[in-house]
Amino acid sequence: MTPERHLPMTLLIRGGRVIDPAGSVDGVQDVLVENGKIARVGAKLAVPQGAAVIDAAGMWVCPGFIDMHVHLREPGHEYKETIASGTRAAAAGGFTAVCCMANTQPVNDNRAVTDYIRAKAESEGVVRVYPIGAVTRGLEGKELAELAELAEAGCVAFSDDGKCVMNAELYRRAMEYTLPFGAPVISHAEDHTLAHAGSMHEGVVSTELGLQGIPAAAEDVMVARDLLLAELTGAHVHIAHLSTAGAVRLVRDAKARGVRVTAEVTPHHLLLTEDAVRSWDANTKMAPPLRSTRDAEALLEALVDGTIDCVATDHAPHALSEKEGEFDHAANGVVGLETAVTVLIDRLVRPGRLSVATLVSRLSRDPARLLRLPGGSLGAGAPADLTLIDPDGAVTIDPARFKSKSRNTPFAGWAATGRPWKTIVAGKVVWECPPK
Amino acid sequence: MGWTRKDLLTIRELEAAEILTLVDTAASLQEIATREIKKVPALRGKTVVNLFYENSTRTRTSFEIAGKWLSADVINFSATGSSAAKGESFVDTARNIAAMSPDVVVVRHSSSGAPALLARELSCSIVNAGDGAHEHPTQALLDLLTIREKKGHFEGLSVAIVGDIAHSRVARSNIHGMKKLGMTVTVAGPPTLIPPYAQELGCKVSYRLEDAIRDVDVIMMLRLQQERMHAGLIPSLREYSRYWGLTLDRLAAHARPDVLIMHPGPVNRGVELSPEVADGPYSVILDQVSKGVAVRMAVLLLLAGGRSGEAQAQ
Amino acid sequence: MTARPSRLREKAEVLDTAALDRALTRIAHEILEKNGGAKDVTFVGLRTRGVTLAQRLAAKIASIDGASLPVGTLDITLYRDDLDMIGAPVVRATDIPFSIKDKTVVLVDDVLFTGRTIRAALDALIDLGRPKMIQLAILVDRGHRELPIRPDYIGKNLPTSRREAVAVRLTEHDGEDRVVIEEPEEA
Repeated sequence: MTPERHLPMTLLIRGGRVIDPAGSVDGVQDVLVENGKIARVGAKLAVPQGAAVIDAAGMWVCPGFIDMHVHLREPGHEYKETIASGTRAAAAGGFTAVCCMANTQPVNDNRAVTDYIRAKAESEGVVRVYPIGAVTRGLEGKELAELAELAEAGCVAFSDDGKCVMNAELYRRAMEYTLPFGAPVISHAEDHTLAHAGSMHEGVVSTELGLQGIPAAAEDVMVARDLLLAELTGAHVHIAHLSTAGAVRLVRDAKARGVRVTAEVTPHHLLLTEDAVRSWDANTKMAPPLRSTRDAEALLEALVDGTIDCVATDHAPHALSEKEGEFDHAANGVVGLETAVTVLIDRLVRPGRLSVATLVSRLSRDPARLLRLPGGSLGAGAPADLTLIDPDGAVTIDPARFKSKSRNTPFAGWAATGRPWKTIVAGKVVWECPPK
Repeated sequence: MGWTRKDLLTIRELEAAEILTLVDTAASLQEIATREIKKVPALRGKTVVNLFYENSTRTRTSFEIAGKWLSADVINFSATGSSAAKGESFVDTARNIAAMSPDVVVVRHSSSGAPALLARELSCSIVNAGDGAHEHPTQALLDLLTIREKKGHFEGLSVAIVGDIAHSRVARSNIHGMKKLGMTVTVAGPPTLIPPYAQELGCKVSYRLEDAIRDVDVIMMLRLQQERMHAGLIPSLREYSRYWGLTLDRLAAHARPDVLIMHPGPVNRGVELSPEVADGPYSVILDQVSKGVAVRMAVLLLLAGGRSGEAQAQ
Repeated sequence: MTARPSRLREKAEVLDTAALDRALTRIAHEILEKNGGAKDVTFVGLRTRGVTLAQRLAAKIASIDGASLPVGTLDITLYRDDLDMIGAPVVRATDIPFSIKDKTVVLVDDVLFTGRTIRAALDALIDLGRPKMIQLAILVDRGHRELPIRPDYIGKNLPTSRREAVAVRLTEHDGEDRVVIEEPEEA
């Protein structure tokens, strides 16, 4: 969508707790929005004539959250999700922008598909949509996609996500070729030969359940390779959905060496472990798999200290029929857009394991920065994308109420406190929490 | 203790007393096999569905005979090559079977956890007849019954389970059952066939056959599937048999004279067991087979024989 | 077999130790008399007290006649008509280590009430072979029959009300030889 097309209007968000890590702001302030941009942030601003006013007392007012890793499934798998439903799910989850992965049908490995996604997003979407182009043609890992044209068409990064580019030479060339575009290569770091036919983390629980395991080394080996290739090429590599303590250590060391690496983590890898698989619920199955408690702890520590740059949901919608059968035959992935903010606040921020400022930063400023996207800040002149949160709002997660077309969440039934309240894109409220 | 469960899914979830109830009941029912007229009316009017997604003539037949001797109506539903092959999903098949109002569904599936899914989906009793590399409770129960008959008790016995532990549901169910009944278990095999963190299941791990079988009361040899060689887990059957095959010489040199040799079958003669051992005096492999029907009768009777309301309310 | 109220108190003694023994002696004589001796007579007791009574009857006959008659154990759980009304069944072994084909089987139980247990026992016995004749020996017949079943040998006829219970206590199980009638305690 082009939010600027909507009628210019003035909006005053009054009396909320403004949390803007980019501007080092955290306090009760007013935010004035004019013509889709942030005009001013300050205490007790006067109400301009004709301005709409949102009384945000008791609410958090944050730069719009950006989810840099979602699967919108359109084109090709509209039965799972569409750009229309996926962006509504994003808005309902407090996200003002999403980056959509290339594993659609057809694959987003050429300009026509990128154009299609952007056009659809403009006409049917409600939040900003940034496409991510494929690294290799058809995600087959054999030949480079037309990367320059994809960049020109508006792809903000390149990834074969869902698959790992196993051919190291080809991946090296992809990193080199994309150097001039200023867009990172995003690694789905999982060595297929080590991951084999696994359907969960290799550990105590896989042994007990008799499920084929995926060792942590399947990820660590590939993260190590990609870091070395980034060092070799000077390219910016972003590691998607980091899941192991070993990978955290590798990324931390590489950052210390000055390698251009960034990384993300999902809410489910932070909050769930292999133990969840004992339920045999296929909504605990994803790639990479839920790991051990030790891994989850290392991920949180890395998110706090900045080794991990951002939280992304890896929103991966699947139809019920793809998730209700045998665990080892079930599809990988879970939806995350409509649960991320709530579960992170309830399970990490409220118990004091993660500060509000860090959470907001990892969801707004940091992804914006690493992808060079507009947004992520409430500075004057920034796009008026805002996420308003009710930190005391109690919810029970109910997949039946999702805007997403899919319901495959591992968080169903969780009672939590803290939830999105209003989502504002370019000064326009695109979603608000229904009154009780 | 009384039996109150709706399903028999794993040995892991059972209390020792529940395992003993099953074993005792099976022991009582063995007498039926010796009768001229092998039929009792206990499950008259009940329907047992055998839902087999993997070929297993032996286990299926054993459940079928057990059901028939108890006077239940037994329906075999072989899902290989029927609706499953036509693309009907597991859950759809399950719902279709539920529409036939069975009292018990016995399920064998190559996917771990499939019986648990079925138990969640259907209100009738579910019996796990082997799921993936997860559990095979009735096999463990018949192994336990065999051990008790030969040794008189469980407490304090030591067992070596030898071979492809990683892919064995029989090993998992037996480990859980034996631990709960006070036995010590050692699993042994080449490291590629021992699952990660095996000691977390409560057993010792050995990488040498000679050490594993020393002074144990029971040696349970597992079947080696030929596919393991192609998956790169072992170099060759020849090498496996040379280091892990149980021969008379090895037994004489390292095992106790009163050791029991068990095998869940079918035996690869000359691979994990030499023919002299399989057919020799230590072997109780045929006793195991004969216990199969009694154990399955006990399971069907305890699940379907009582007041349905109470058993299903758990 | 009947569901018993949770608390019972003894109302009256029906048979004391001596009377119980006399009753068994009498039944032993009656068995020999009715069958013209001990030839081809076998005992099958119903778990649990029926088995004990059968063993005592066999011992009595051994002391009277010198014949050593076999005693088997019958568990009728698998033949009960009320399996659907009880919890998970508790099955114990049936152990009749002799052929009953063409034999006179004396079925022994402690109390005869509705007759349903004996019905189940008859079915169970016939599944084990074809006896020449089945006779029924009962220590106490308390009435209230629901099936057309009549004992051949009775230790004591005892009119009871349905709310009462008859407890046969045997030394091997209960430490004493007595039969008492019990009634529910008033609330």
